[in-house]
Amino acid sequence: MSAHEEHSSEEQHIVSPKIYVLIATALLLCTALTVAASYLELGPWNAVVALAIAVFKASLVVLFFMHIKYSSKLMKLTVGAGLFTFLTLVGMSMSDYISRAWGSF
Amino acid sequence: MDSPTVALHESSHGEHPSYQRHHFVSMAQQKESASFGMWLFLLTEIMFFGGMFTAYLVYRNWYYPAFVAGSHTLSIVLGTTNTGVLITSSFTMAMGVWCAETRRRGGLILSLILTLVLGLAFLGIKSVEYHEKWVQHHVPGLRFDAMTFVHPKAEPGQAAEPPLPLDMAQHTEVYFSLYFAMTGMHALHMIIGMGLLVYMLIQAIRGAYDNGNIAFIENFGLYWHFVDIVWIFLFPLLYLISRHQ
Repeated sequence: MSAHEEHSSEEQHIVSPKIYVLIATALLLCTALTVAASYLELGPWNAVVALAIAVFKASLVVLFFMHIKYSSKLMKLTVGAGLFTFLTLVGMSMSDYISRAWGSF
Repeated sequence: MDSPTVALHESSHGEHPSYQRHHFVSMAQQKESASFGMWLFLLTEIMFFGGMFTAYLVYRNWYYPAFVAGSHTLSIVLGTTNTGVLITSSFTMAMGVWCAETRRRGGLILSLILTLVLGLAFLGIKSVEYHEKWVQHHVPGLRFDAMTFVHPKAEPGQAAEPPLPLDMAQHTEVYFSLYFAMTGMHALHMIIGMGLLVYMLIQAIRGAYDNGNIAFIENFGLYWHFVDIVWIFLFPLLYLISRHQ
């Protein structure tokens, strides 16, 4: 009984529409920013800037639209584990790719 | 069951919503398990799209001039519009989840309709772009002509793109293969999502979510935002390669 009540007291956080409006505006502004940045001559930095803006936008979506900022540690850890596995797999594939020709010069 | 929202049991425990499964201690635990499961599914989706992103990275390094030329044939106006449309649909879906959480049936129905309309708009714009590819002979395997990159024609009001050597021009087919694979899989996710939106809309009109049993809506929200995130990466990678050149 008491355990039951304890659990129901930790009601989930309802994110307010104000925050959704704010985040949507930020996402649209970032879209304009990434288009503008692609017309600048930045050399190799063009790709870096484009990806940095995309990562920032994705973080906003995950944290606020997908409520991870307000979620339990289990949920945060799940997202973190997914990100870690993704980066490990891509990173190891790319390290194989860039080191294929080593020693053959 | 007499009451639609509350089930009463003899003695072991007190009241709980009728949709709470008996193997869960509380609604909080049931909710947590549901979103945990949804996130695990989304992680497999990240791996699925991750494979295509890795292929894109490798080929972009190999055939960079072909990727630049291919990217420049995409319409920046349509691409940017579609990004805006999809972000807005994510926003309306987030509002739908909020309406469901606060038990506003009218708001939920409106949010679902707006999300559905914006999803349709996205696919409409996407099909205009696909049609353009067909007209320009940029569809790998079916209707492809690398010569459009060896002898580029100037668009009205624009300078012609610099011509590519024949071997590099042929590699634009790799760019377009990745373009169709990635945007096509993304569009398929949208189509599945819109089917689910129609289902939820019917359920919402029937009042199925009025009792607070909204795990389906919350998990669909996660799915829809995930599809948005995929596009957030596809847009700069496919449309915005060195626009200044």
